[in-house]
Amino acid sequence: MFIINCPYCGERDHAEFSYGGEAHLVRPKQPTELSDDQWAEYLFMRKNIKGIQYERWNHSHGCRRWFNLSRDTSNDKIHSVYKIGEKPSE
Amino acid sequence: MKNKYSIFSLIKNSFSYHENWQRAWRDPEPKSQYDIIIIGGGGHGLATAYYLAKEHNLKNIAVIEKGWIGGGNTGRNTTIIRSNYLWDASAGLYDHALKIWENLSQELNYNIMFSQRGVMNLAHNLHDVRELKRRTHANRLNGIDCEWLNVEQVKKFCPIINCSPEIRYPVMGSTLQRRAGTARHDAVAWGYARGADAMGVDIIQNCEVKGIKRKGDSIEGIDTTKGFIKTKKIGVVAAGHSSVIANMAGLRLPLESKPLQALVSEPIKPIIDTVVMSNAVHAYVSQSDKGELVIGAGTDSYISYTQKGTHEIVEGTLKAIIELYPIFSRLRMLRQWGGVVDICPDASPLITKTSIKGLYFNCGWGTGGFKATPGSGHLFAHTIAKDEPHALNAAFDINRFVSGDLVDEHGAAAVAH
Repeated sequence: MFIINCPYCGERDHAEFSYGGEAHLVRPKQPTELSDDQWAEYLFMRKNIKGIQYERWNHSHGCRRWFNLSRDTSNDKIHSVYKIGEKPSE
Repeated sequence: MKNKYSIFSLIKNSFSYHENWQRAWRDPEPKSQYDIIIIGGGGHGLATAYYLAKEHNLKNIAVIEKGWIGGGNTGRNTTIIRSNYLWDASAGLYDHALKIWENLSQELNYNIMFSQRGVMNLAHNLHDVRELKRRTHANRLNGIDCEWLNVEQVKKFCPIINCSPEIRYPVMGSTLQRRAGTARHDAVAWGYARGADAMGVDIIQNCEVKGIKRKGDSIEGIDTTKGFIKTKKIGVVAAGHSSVIANMAGLRLPLESKPLQALVSEPIKPIIDTVVMSNAVHAYVSQSDKGELVIGAGTDSYISYTQKGTHEIVEGTLKAIIELYPIFSRLRMLRQWGGVVDICPDASPLITKTSIKGLYFNCGWGTGGFKATPGSGHLFAHTIAKDEPHALNAAFDINRFVSGDLVDEHGAAAVAH
């Protein structure tokens, strides 16, 4: 259980938010030119990192806006919060 | 030579106040080189080592375990065993395991307390009814016992279920697999450990893998907290930490690791003599031999390696339990814990070779790996020994995520995720 500091609303219980998976996965620019291996890599393969992960969250029971977090998946500590389109501070 | 467990050994040891039982497995220091190293000393890993030695007659095998054997998800699950999966590939895989379970205590000379008390899967809406009836037919076509029970039959088979049409998600029927049931989770790990050790497998506990040494596309060995160990073949059976090991070898897997919780109540007299699962309201319950209700909760949505989940998940499960079983409403919960489960996008496992020669993965069992323990070990041992999958695990290759030939078992996985 942890508190998330929404960049728009401030600190709220994480139950107000929905998890949106690993951040910064860019959809291929030219999908028709991708091989099956490249599709598998984009669609299914994940770092599933134990440590600092950059991830997307949506404040679904609040302002309903998307933003990014960097969180340590080994202890659920949140290191930074940043808006979509921004770069993480660390 | 291991002494056989029997009524006579029990009597003999009672004369010395049970203080002189032979230890069940050795505690060796790692050798400098092994032919095969299994990373992960849970049920699946120990079973793999056991069948490598027994069925493939291989020697010089080690199981490397970060903590103590059976201390991960093997010791954290709700011990449910069943094989009523939808697709042919899964039915083959899980029923293979169930057939081994049926004789495992005798084979291992170790009482794993396998109890075929039946597993029910409840339907709470019209879609559930259709989906579960379809699954009943699919199971029967695959030779797996499965019955459909209407509401009256549900009430008769498990009288404490609230079958009132007035509840929020009324019970509309259920499947029943009578061959399904539970087993004692620790005993499975210990029985396989004892059996593998007797055939010369080194079980090395408190030894964490820190790195995998590669030379081009093949394996040279592993770095551990007890030093470097040379090997040509590695079988990774690390459950929630599979991706961590894969990252050491420069591989990525289609896995996400999430906390899954379970809890037990204070012990009570026998009240429920079967296992009841409900996917729609997310409540499942059985009763242990100690009398505790064993309750499985759900996964959290986010990746976490913390072995603890959030309180809302437990609360949601208990709300459903109380609605379905009003008789439990004043029962106190005794313990709650979490395990880290590795989930594939199609809710089916991987028992697979990889792009690196000599590196094999057995993972992705997600929320329901315990039931498969013997079959998983048996098929993974075949895959490692022969360097090719057994017919029963060919569909569970990592290349299914490239070909698109997924084995979508979200419906039968019983825990919605």
